[in-house]
Amino acid sequence: MSDARPAQVAAAAPRDAARPFAAVQRTRRNVVKWIVTAPPFLFLLVFFLLPSLIMVLASFRYPGEYGGLAPLGAATHPGADHGLTVETYQFFFSSFIYTEIFIKSFIVALATTLICLVMAYPLAILIARSPRRHRDLMVLLVILPFASNFLIRVYAWMIILGPQSAFSHFVNSVLGVFGAGPVTMLFSPFAVLCGMVYVHLPFMVLPLYTNLEKHDPVLLDAAQDLGAGGWQRFWRVTFPLSLPGIFSGAALVFIPVLGIFVIPDILGGTRDILIGNLIENQFLTTRDWPFGSTLSIMLTLCVLATAGFAAWLARVGARRA
Amino acid sequence: MALLEIRDVTRRFSDFVAVDHVNIAIEAGEFFTLLGPSGCGKTTLLRMIAGFDLPDEGQILLDGRDLAATPPEKRPVHTVFQSYALFPHMTVAQNIAFPLKMAGKSPARIRDRVDEALADVRLSEKSGQYPHELSGGQKQRVALARGLVNRPRLLLLDEPLGALDAKLREDMQLELIELQKEIGVTFVFVTHAQNEALALSHRIAVMNRGRVEQIDEPSKLYGFPKNRFVADFIGKANLFDARVIDSAGGRLRLEVPGLGDVEAPARADGGVGAGDRGVLSLRPEQVRIAPPGHAEQLRNHFPGKVHDFLYIGDVTVYIVELVNGTRVEALLPNSAPGRAKFFEPGDPVEVAWRDDVGHFLHE
Amino acid sequence: MRRGLSLWIAAVLVYLFLYVPLLIVVVYSFNDSRLNAEWVGFTLHWYHVLFNDGDMLQAWANSLIIACTASIVATVLGTMAGIAMHRYRPKLLPFMVLTPVAMPSILLGVSLLLFFIQVLNLTLGMLSIIIAHITFCIGFVAIVVHARLAGMDNSVFEAARDLGATPWRTFRLVTFPLILPGVIAGLLMSFTMSIDDFVITFFTAGVGVSTLPLQIYSMIKIAVTPEVNAVSTLLMLITLTLIVVASRFAPDALRGKA
Repeated sequence: MSDARPAQVAAAAPRDAARPFAAVQRTRRNVVKWIVTAPPFLFLLVFFLLPSLIMVLASFRYPGEYGGLAPLGAATHPGADHGLTVETYQFFFSSFIYTEIFIKSFIVALATTLICLVMAYPLAILIARSPRRHRDLMVLLVILPFASNFLIRVYAWMIILGPQSAFSHFVNSVLGVFGAGPVTMLFSPFAVLCGMVYVHLPFMVLPLYTNLEKHDPVLLDAAQDLGAGGWQRFWRVTFPLSLPGIFSGAALVFIPVLGIFVIPDILGGTRDILIGNLIENQFLTTRDWPFGSTLSIMLTLCVLATAGFAAWLARVGARRA
Repeated sequence: MALLEIRDVTRRFSDFVAVDHVNIAIEAGEFFTLLGPSGCGKTTLLRMIAGFDLPDEGQILLDGRDLAATPPEKRPVHTVFQSYALFPHMTVAQNIAFPLKMAGKSPARIRDRVDEALADVRLSEKSGQYPHELSGGQKQRVALARGLVNRPRLLLLDEPLGALDAKLREDMQLELIELQKEIGVTFVFVTHAQNEALALSHRIAVMNRGRVEQIDEPSKLYGFPKNRFVADFIGKANLFDARVIDSAGGRLRLEVPGLGDVEAPARADGGVGAGDRGVLSLRPEQVRIAPPGHAEQLRNHFPGKVHDFLYIGDVTVYIVELVNGTRVEALLPNSAPGRAKFFEPGDPVEVAWRDDVGHFLHE
Repeated sequence: MRRGLSLWIAAVLVYLFLYVPLLIVVVYSFNDSRLNAEWVGFTLHWYHVLFNDGDMLQAWANSLIIACTASIVATVLGTMAGIAMHRYRPKLLPFMVLTPVAMPSILLGVSLLLFFIQVLNLTLGMLSIIIAHITFCIGFVAIVVHARLAGMDNSVFEAARDLGATPWRTFRLVTFPLILPGVIAGLLMSFTMSIDDFVITFFTAGVGVSTLPLQIYSMIKIAVTPEVNAVSTLLMLITLTLIVVASRFAPDALRGKA
């Protein structure tokens, strides 16, 4: 075997220059990469990222005369508004009513999340403990109501809580026994809460069950062996271990609830509006788009803050576990 | 001319040198093994032969031709992956037919070759089944058949027996040897299990941290390791730091801290002078163990106490602690006629070995 | 076992809670009464009304056209995104693909409204709805395809090249057949999401075009009759079928997704 070494080895030439084929391969790989990545990327750039940026920009503009946005450049006629301003943000904080609606939405979201948690937990435990072959069916049964249209699920509660429904009659007759007056359950905060919980319950069950499924039953046996009673075993073993599942479920419930407008719109009264209703109103009725954009930005910030908080909690929880 | 030549190949990943100026020549028909601990570069080297990576420096030549410009699909080299990589959506027969299909062979020819290949690995009755229906060993054999069916110049095997349990692994080892002998394709086998390498290979390249430490036949690697790493990695060895006192008449006199004066054979290649520091390597089977006073006829003998022993069925390994705490492993077969009595921990013994065994190695 | 029993009871109550409202909707769709109050008698009257309601039928047609178009485009783009996310691990793409799915729909709805009118000067109608639907459906497909790829032994693709397949043949003969179940599941899910979508469609539909959910909404707000129940029942049947079929193709997607 000859000892001749190729000239490239001696030189400290950069890899590609000395290896033209490697360069060709790399170019080909890059071309394929762009062909595969570009279409979805460009589509989302134009129809997701760009609109979001436009909305941020819009929150700093004046409303147009007939709704929409006032022009950025020259005014349509002398004296009209144009250009950029922080007026809408000032407007938001000028009256407490808007902040109040945000706070109300947070409370509703929190209440919904907690109620969903309490209702979902027993079901999730049951599914996690069932034999394998039943589990998929039980999970499917949880998902199926989700298959029905969102509006239908809300409409169903309109029927149930309506003044002529059997349920209403029943509740009112019970109240009548105690001498209390008849109540209308529909178009109230109670109705809104029912709707919110009903729509989001499956989102809490699934992550919780996925987490509980992974728990090692040996841990509970060990706890029992060491003297823990039933409730203690739950509280000290099962519950802490299920925290990551709880946080996932909570995120899947809390964040959407913040932005919903349909449920207060259909089930709520005039005083029960939440952030979503405000935004809808601004964009479609009042047509004050800058203010609507501002509200949307504020909602986005709330969502990001919540997501960040949840992520932080999850990290802390993981460290302690 | 060697079938595969790896000439001064180097491969770096940022600061880390995975393969460091490696030179190997593999002959046609060989069962050649790349042996070494994790991270020694053997898999990186294998991937460069297959074409999934290119060397930064050096060349890989097949039949004298540089492979650098050839993509993996055009190289007459096939790989058996550690996870077998069978196509889950194809039957066993379709899996095996795949390389033939890629090579453009006619359907009739493909059918014949696939049947032949299935017969070679004794899986003819599984031809219509899917990979998930097979056991680990069966998947292994399908992967082998698939890699060999169109008679590549080289078959690369990346730790293919790693996922099998011990008994199955041994059976597959025998099958591999038979298959390679029968079909005659050159195998390049990668493993970290030294006993497997010794059993299967015609020649082994021992690698460590990107470099080739020694290339030799198994018996030569075992009997004549070139340095401490090889001596320690292949088989078991007692290793003692040693200093050469003098060298005369084909013998070395060594000073070994913890033992004393030891005589060992001089190295065939010379190159050892007084004052040199190095390692004395002694295989456990070369160390005799006897009750005190019974080993005096051997030149190297030292008193000690049995610390522990491992009964392995066919042999027993005794761990003897010498006067100053040094531990020596001695291996005794359990079937010697008039066999030595078993020793208990705490028994005083003498360990001894002849003056023509043991290697002095520079680091 | 006492604790086991109370667990069972609690779980069954929750299941009932989930299903009874929907059953009420279905049952009253056959009710011979204008009011959703109490059961009078069985009738198919409301279904007749439904099938003769021109606006409703137009809305159905629109929904189908939109769902077909949007789901196909979203599946193509989503599959590409899923493959790209697995192979090349780009930094920005996962964020752009998943955020439209994760954030409240109203935000996507209003930002697209703003964008279409203000920037593109586009008249709202079928096209704007289709574009909006594609935007949030891409994420679903990408998740399913990516999950499928992530769960596979990667060396399979290298093996194909090793055995003589060019990159294109590897894709055609190995990669695509293996992700196909995920692609189909993604297609079905996109179709379902599109037919069902209300919020985003509400903002991007404009005046002239109605879809099924929009039609249902206006019926709920303006004049509630059991015709709503009838259309709800039929819609439930359709999406139920689609979800069951989709779950056959990608059972893990539905579990892991939530």
